[in-house]
This record gives sequence, C-alpha cells and structure tokens, in this order.
Amino acid sequence: MKPLILSIVMLVSITAFSQSDKYTQAMQKDLAMLDAAKTAADLNAAAAAFERVGDAEKTQWLPYYWAALAKVRVGWIDKSVDKDKLAAEVKALCAKGEAINDNAEFASIRNMAATQQMLVNPQERWQTYGQEAAAALQKGMQLDANNPRLYYLQGMSVFNTPEQFGGGKEKAKPIFQKAVDLYKVEEKKPLYPTWGADLADSMLAKCQ
Amino acid sequence: MQYQIKHMKQSALFIAFLLTCFLAQAQVKISGAVKDNRGKKVISASITLKDTYDGATSDSSGNYTFTTTEKGNHILVASAIGYKTVEQTITIANEPLTINFSIKEEINELKAVTVTAGSFAAGDSKRAVTVLNSIDVATVGGGNADITSAIKTLPGAQQVGEQEGLFVRGGAGYETKQFIDGTLVNNPYFSSVPDIASRGRFSPFLFKGTVFSAGGYSALYGQALSSAVILESIDLPEKTAANASISPLFAGAGYQYLNKQKTASYGIDYGYVNVAAYFSLVKQTPDYFKMPQFHNGDANFRFKTKNGGMVKYYTTFGTGNLGIRRPDVDSSVLKDAFSLKNYNWYNNLSWRENLGNGWKMNLGSSFSTNKDKLSQQLQNQNNQPQHFGDDKFWMQYKNFNLDRLEDLSQIKAVFDKKLGNLNAIRFGGEYWHSLNKTTIYDTMYKLIDNYEALFAEGDIYITNNLAAKLGARFEHSSILGKVNLAPRVSLAYKVGNSGSISAAYGIFYQKPENQQLMYTRNLGYTRADHYILNYQKMTEGRIFRVEAFYKKYLDLVKTVPVNYYYTTANNSGSGYAKGIELFWRDKKSFKNLDYWFSYSYLDTKRDYLNYPIQLQPNFAAKHTASLVVKRFITEWKTGIGLTYSFATGRPYYNLRYDGALKPYLIADQGKTKNYNNLGVSIYYVPQAGNTNAKTNVVLFGSVTNVLGYNAVYGYNYSYDGLHKEAITPPAKRFYFIGAFFSWGVNRSEDAINNNL
Repeated sequence: MKPLILSIVMLVSITAFSQSDKYTQAMQKDLAMLDAAKTAADLNAAAAAFERVGDAEKTQWLPYYWAALAKVRVGWIDKSVDKDKLAAEVKALCAKGEAINDNAEFASIRNMAATQQMLVNPQERWQTYGQEAAAALQKGMQLDANNPRLYYLQGMSVFNTPEQFGGGKEKAKPIFQKAVDLYKVEEKKPLYPTWGADLADSMLAKCQ
Repeated sequence: MQYQIKHMKQSALFIAFLLTCFLAQAQVKISGAVKDNRGKKVISASITLKDTYDGATSDSSGNYTFTTTEKGNHILVASAIGYKTVEQTITIANEPLTINFSIKEEINELKAVTVTAGSFAAGDSKRAVTVLNSIDVATVGGGNADITSAIKTLPGAQQVGEQEGLFVRGGAGYETKQFIDGTLVNNPYFSSVPDIASRGRFSPFLFKGTVFSAGGYSALYGQALSSAVILESIDLPEKTAANASISPLFAGAGYQYLNKQKTASYGIDYGYVNVAAYFSLVKQTPDYFKMPQFHNGDANFRFKTKNGGMVKYYTTFGTGNLGIRRPDVDSSVLKDAFSLKNYNWYNNLSWRENLGNGWKMNLGSSFSTNKDKLSQQLQNQNNQPQHFGDDKFWMQYKNFNLDRLEDLSQIKAVFDKKLGNLNAIRFGGEYWHSLNKTTIYDTMYKLIDNYEALFAEGDIYITNNLAAKLGARFEHSSILGKVNLAPRVSLAYKVGNSGSISAAYGIFYQKPENQQLMYTRNLGYTRADHYILNYQKMTEGRIFRVEAFYKKYLDLVKTVPVNYYYTTANNSGSGYAKGIELFWRDKKSFKNLDYWFSYSYLDTKRDYLNYPIQLQPNFAAKHTASLVVKRFITEWKTGIGLTYSFATGRPYYNLRYDGALKPYLIADQGKTKNYNNLGVSIYYVPQAGNTNAKTNVVLFGSVTNVLGYNAVYGYNYSYDGLHKEAITPPAKRFYFIGAFFSWGVNRSEDAINNNL
C-alpha cells in the first residue's frame, strides 16, 4: 500500500510543484532579467514581464512589487523621463499589489516615486511631494516598524537634505545605523525583496 | 506484490506521461509589429498572452517576439501608455504566428493640447499653464503680496499707479472684473481716495488657482469688457495652525483648525492697520489729517461631502477710515480736504459636487455690501471750510458729501458632463440682484438691477492635437431692459512636442457704470469684440509665448453735456486696440534663479466719456515691459525678489466744455515722461525646510522705487486751464517690514521620529 500512497503523494506534489514551480521559475527568470537590466528599456521590459505574471496569477503581490520597483528605477537612471507620468505608472502598479497585500515594501516604492517627483523642483514641490514621500514612509513604518528599506530611504532623504534644513550626515547617521542593524536580522525569503544592505553599509560609511 | 509493482508501473507511467506532456509541449513563436493608427511604430508597448506569463515588450523598431507553450484559443493584448488597449483572439497551433497590432492614441489630459489664447492660468492645476502661484505673488519684488501688483508684471496689463484696477489692452480699470469661485466680486479693492491706488482686499494665500485672462475668456463669465481674473479658493488647509503678524503698519492674528480625518476645517483672522507711526517716519506729500486705519476680520469653514464634493464658506468684514488734505489745483492758498469711511462685508458660499455618471455640479453664491461715506471740503490755510457762490460753481462743487451703498447678491449654477475623450459640455445660469444707492447734495439716486444669464460651453477634442471650445452666453439686465447674446470660440492646435497655436474670438458685453446710469437709464450694453492669436511653447521650467490681438469697441458710453451743470450719456462711443505681447519665464537655465520677462506693445484709441474724438486713453502706454527676478539663497535661508517695470509715457488731456454745440475740445494735451520702477523684496525664513519646527517665522521687507525715480502718472488741470498739477505717488518710496509667525505641528514627521 505504501508505494501507492507514495505515488499519490508524488503525483500530487508534482502537480502542485509544477504549478508553483511555473510561478517561481517565471519570477526567477524575470528577476534575472531585472538584475541584468542596464537601460530604461531593459527596466521597462522587466516591469512588463513582472506585470504579466501578476495579472495571470491574480493573488500574488510580489510580481507587482517587482514591476513597480523596476519602473521606479527608470526614474533614477533616465533623466529625461517625465517623472509625473512615470510616478503615475509606478503608483498604479503599487495599487494593484496593495489590493492583494498592503505592506511596507509598497510604501518604500511610493516613497521613491514621490521623491522623484519632488526632485523635479524641490523648492516648489517640497510642500506637496516631499510630504507625500514622508507620509509613505510613515505608513510603511506603521505596517512594519522593522523594514530596513524604509530606514535606508529615510536616511537617504535626510542625508540629501541640506544641513540648514534639518538634514545632513550627522542626522542621517543614526538612521542608516538602524537600517544596517535591521538588515542584519532580516529574514531572507526567496523572491522577496532583500535589496539595500550594501547600500546602507556604504551610506553609513559616508556618514563617519 | 505484483499488484503493487503493477501499480508502481502504472503510476510511473502516468508520471512519465505527465512529464512528457510537460516537456514535449512544443514552443510556438509569436511575433509582429505594433503601430499606431497613423502607421507609426510604437516603442515599449506591452504584449501579453492573457492569463499567462507569456509576452514581450516592443523594441525600438516597434517589433516584438516571444515563445509560448500554450495551445488553442487565447487572447493577445497590446497595451502602451497613452494608447487604447487592443485585444485579438488568436489560435495557437504548431506554426509560428505573426500578429500585428494597430493601437489608437488615447486622448488624455497630460498630452492633449489646451487653449491658451488670452489666458494666463496660474496655480497648481495640472492642466493649467502655471505662470504664477500664491508664493510667486507674495515674492514678486516690491509687490507686497498684492494679486494685482503681481498680475501687472504679466503682458497686457498697464503700469497705472494713480487708480486701482487692472488696465488691460486698452481697457479701463472697471472693464476688468474679478471672480471668486465663479461669482463676481463687486468691490475687490479697498475704497480709495482720488489719484492714489489702493490694494486688493484678498490675500493671495486664499487661492490655489488664479487665471488672468487678458481677453477671449470663457462663456461662463460675463460683464467684463476687457479682462477677467478668475480666482479659485483653496480647499482644506494643510494643518491646524495659529498665526500672527506684526509690522510698524499692522498687527494681526488668526487660527485655522483642520480635523483629524482631514475632512473639515474652520478658521478666523483679524487684522488692524494703522499707518500713523510709519507716516511719521516716512514723509508723505499729502497731509493726512485722519491717519488711515483699517480693521479687517475674516472667517471660513470648509468640509468635504460624502461623494468627494466640497462646501466652502468665506466671509470678510472690514472698515476703513482716512482723511487727506492736498493743495487745490485752482488756488494757491486753498486745500481740498477729502475724507473717506468705508464698511465692507463680503460672503461667498460654494458647493462643488460629483453627481456621478460623469456629471459635476458647481453652485456658487455670494452676498456683499459696501458702504462709502465720502466728503470733500475746501479749506483755507487754517483748515477752515470755504464756500463759494454760483459765480464760482466749479469751486463750490468741490464741497460735497457723498454716501454710497452697493449691495450685490448672486447665485450661479454650472453643470459639467464629461463625454469621454476629454470632450465635455458645461452649462448653467446665474442671477445677480444689485442695489446701488448714492446720495449726493441731498439727492438720492437708487438703482436696482436684476441680471440673469444663461451660458453653455463645449470642449471638443478632435485629436490630441486639435481642440475647440465653443460657447455662448445669453444675458438680460432689467435696468437696461435689453438682452444680448455673446458667442465665444477658441481653437488650439499642437505644434511639435511642446508648442501650440491657439486662436480665440468672442463678443463681450458690459453694463454701463452706475454713475452713468444715475443720469440716464436710456443706455445699452457696451461691447468689445476680441480676436486673439497665440503661440506658446512650454518645456520643463520654461515658457515662451507671443500673442497678437485686435479688439473693437462698440457702443461705449459717452457723456453728453446738457449745460455746465448737467450731463447725460449715450452709447455712441467707439474704439479699437491692437497689439502684440511677449512672455518668457525660465526657472531652469540658472540654478536657484527664476525670472520672467514681459513686453506689451499697445496701439489703442477710443472715443468715450468726454473725449471729442478717438484718442489714446490717458491710462494706455504704447510700450510696457517688466522683468521679475527671484532667487532663494539656501545657505542664508533668504529669498530675494527684484522687479523692474518700465512704461513709455501716457497721454494726458485737458478736455474743456465748450458750449452745447461743440461739447468738448482739447484745450491742452501732452505726454508724461517714461515710467520706471525697481522694487525689491527680501524675506528670511530661519526654519526653512525644517518640518519639525513648532514656530515658523518669516521676516519680510520690501521697498518700491529703489532708484528714486520721480513718477508722474498724469496731470490735473485747473478750471481755467492755465495751471496743471502733476499726479504723483504720495511718497517716493514705500517701505515695508514685517514678521509673520505660524505655529503648527506636522504630525507625519513626528510619527517617523518616534519610530527611531
């Protein structure tokens, strides 16, 4: 009887495996694509690939997270892109993912999108987009007070704010320190975001 | 055992079968090209085999390719930002497929062309051509946070300093009207004394959007022959805060409350102005025997409705009191002592609501009452009243008491329906009830007018590149007993990525002024036809525009003297205005530096009031230019604003009554010298950028006419015409210093820091 049970178990696990395996494989393939992305076109293609997985799966938030992250990265490398249009796309992807699982990772992306919009003209946009970026961090910390990426991003914001406006190295240092500490204890799960540890380390070094 | 083996075999076979199925699925290649409806390749379009992971993104040639293991009927979707998504049903067999897509451009707000002819939109509206926001208004050098002063740095407006109001493209000050949340403001300026312009009543910080239309404005507005300033009040304040301000000229305090859900707010402010201390330091040419004093209070409440609508109420009450003594133009010893008392109460209640199904409603209502008590007395050197007999009636007429009451009640409704593709229709109506009572020399003139208007307007988007706005306005005024129909048309065409050409045409009507209707009701609407052609190029941080216009005035009011003592009026006046204007704003070329430049050329003549023929009016200069430069120096937390304004001389006339047959003649005329003004504002914000600051302080200082130019706005003539007196500002320069405080806590920053 045992082998029968075994074969049934195998059969079930194989079908189940083939299901999740298909998702995992697609995600791994797309993550590799995102890793290799060098141009805005590469990032856009990766974002579209992740979005396809998300649209097909319907219950997974990670594909939308990675799609949004790929999109928001376009804003850091493509100087000429219309930041408002790009942010609208990024926020739409976040909204799709948040409808499945509203979590701190999306807050970090919303922070980046709003920050990019603010940087178009900090003096004029600080009031609106600066506050939106801060509000995204605040919401993220409410959802997960120990997400290291939120602290890394907060540190970046403080680091890049002129000293006379309440920013600077000194103020940023404890925030980066907290990010570094949190990265050390962060549980690493496959397909989940883990980025930022090395960035936080190097920023902390810059604050010394 | 055998049984088991058999089963094992079967299971193994089954698994093998499954695996083969899995592996042996042949991959099929799907490829094609994505083009738009005009056959242009579309880059970065996303192609998705619906409900699968398979798909691709179109490359720089608009081509895509991918492989799939799916079989049978599927839906292939092509989507791209700015295009309508297209689906195709395909059947996947074993052969490669070539599927081409033609996707249609979506008409969208960000891409679509907007009509820019005539109007300068300002504020934070995404669609608006942002020219000036409230911070800009507050920091225009020497502008002292007055909306009108800031608008005067835009093309089309004249540098008129002896009267309040905006004199736009050959139009008089009263031909420009201000609207707040859709309804007309009857008394937008503080009541003034002759030859000295007064400020506007409203702070720029009350408004999130300002549109200055130098002509060709929408059918939603009427009764402004030249120009409309359309102000949209802010919704909810950003936070709960208290504020206070102190200056040698005034003191004020206020409080704004915003509830935790950020759905409702209320606020209250009070301010007191007394210039006595300032005038003792900075000498004024006129002798102020009653120091100007003003009390102003305002209050508001605002709340969001369930469906995302908004209800807003704003009220302001003010009183003013002043007395000014100047030499009389007809005498070397006498003086004119003019005094003014003013009471003003303004109320505005508006309701904006989404009615669902693409319908929106805007209801506006306002009530204002304004009371002026003016009096003038001829006085001798000892400030004793002087009287004259009929033989010197022109002197005796300078002794007067005038009481004026102006009430205006309005209600306006606008319905807006979105029809898709940005097409929209808008229609509605408004009703004004105005009461004007003037008592002069013990005679009371009472004017009551019931004015109704119906209007409709359509936005038609033919493509993203071509749009039209068609509108019409139908008006009736009971005091005139006449109706009119005013068509308005504008077109916009996009040229290249960031440029557009627009054209506008419209007929504009305005009722004669109350002081004209006081003498005769036998008048009709005055009329102006506007033709405008505009080119605008707007890129990130830069705007360039050039605009040409032609205006034809018809039925302007002319005063008709019956004899020395009495005049009546008719609509036999006429005129024209034509010109070209340039505007350039650049926030990008120099770091932290923002500047704009305006130039207006104006050729205008009109035959109106007591002009014997068509003349260049005394408020119109041929060439006007402004340069505004602003810079915020981060290290010093200090902002500096410089404004340089220039205008060529304006004509002045001595128009004399010359008997019944040939009523007026030009006894004398001339041209004033050119006008120059350099204004400077400096503000220091010690807590700039510090969102944790409990107390925010702004120290503000400004000076007008830094270079000390002696401005002459025109001349007043003596009765015999032998003597003329220059009209000059009451002091060469106006200095202002003040400190503004606000106390409010930004809770979001607190929350973040609590997590550290």
